[in-house]
Amino acid sequence: MTSLILYLATAILYVFSYSKDRDKTRQAFLKGWKSLTNMMPQFLGIIIVVGVTLALLKPETISSLLGSNSGAFGVVLSAIIGSIVMMPTFVAFSTGSMLLNTGAGLPQVAALISTLTLIGVVTIPMEAKYIGRKATLYRNLVAFFFSILVGFVIEKVVEILW
Amino acid sequence: MVKSLVKKYSFFLIVFFMTAVLTLINKEVGFKSFEIAFSSFKQMVSLVPPIMLLLGLMDVWVPRETMMKYMGAKSGITGIILAILMGTLAAGPMYAAFPFTTVLLRKGVKFSNIIIFMNAWCVTKISTLLFELASLGFEFTFARLLINLPGVIIMGYIVEALMPKSELDSLYANNS
Repeated sequence: MTSLILYLATAILYVFSYSKDRDKTRQAFLKGWKSLTNMMPQFLGIIIVVGVTLALLKPETISSLLGSNSGAFGVVLSAIIGSIVMMPTFVAFSTGSMLLNTGAGLPQVAALISTLTLIGVVTIPMEAKYIGRKATLYRNLVAFFFSILVGFVIEKVVEILW
Repeated sequence: MVKSLVKKYSFFLIVFFMTAVLTLINKEVGFKSFEIAFSSFKQMVSLVPPIMLLLGLMDVWVPRETMMKYMGAKSGITGIILAILMGTLAAGPMYAAFPFTTVLLRKGVKFSNIIIFMNAWCVTKISTLLFELASLGFEFTFARLLINLPGVIIMGYIVEALMPKSELDSLYANNS
């Protein structure tokens, strides 16, 4: 559905743009096409790496490591796991709830979800192509420490709110 | 032609070959790996090509001055809000946000706003909010957003502060 809307909106905007300025539209299309073909080589490699990690990692294995009494060590460990593994956001959420149901603690799951969504060790080379190595490193490192913090404070926030 | 293509795709060819070998050793894990990879590919095809083409349009039609005014060095709170909004309205995995940065850098958007946009894309996407509510519940989702929203802004400023000025200058120069 999102996809259909996105494709339709793009088509409509291109028709509109073409009616205003043919040259600019051609330029825009070429730019878009070039960035698409530029990302392809790395992307295709990355999705296979992601496929293999997800095929090897089972939720039960993770939740046995991240039990609610695994404490601070468990939070750091989940942040590390979340940084290495890459999965679509909505899969990350359902994995999180599955982990909670199989005995993982809330702080650990929060740190895991935070790193799953914010950090991608696998995509670091790709990210570095766009914003440079240094910025990529800093963004991922800062997000890593932030995720550990999220793990430590989430229970307090939930308690204060409810 | 073929040689340059092989070189460009060498990383892909190597992991593909290794996974093929893995499939010969363990059929179940191998097939599952390819299945997951293929579903990521389908997700990419459903979102990334139109995003790239839209970015092309944005690049040729939106003047640099406009972007600088609203998201540049002196854009203040407006720039922060716009960066978060752009990320929130997004759909797609983290790597789909990367190509945006090229256009944002070229248009002179403040670096902290670029990082805020990227991180907001990761954690405050509306498109996945419903999934989160359904699987983790209202309490968790709300608490997470409450921590993440200020977090995203603070992280943007920390990353910008950590970057040496010369590095930032060359990053903007390379993308102009």
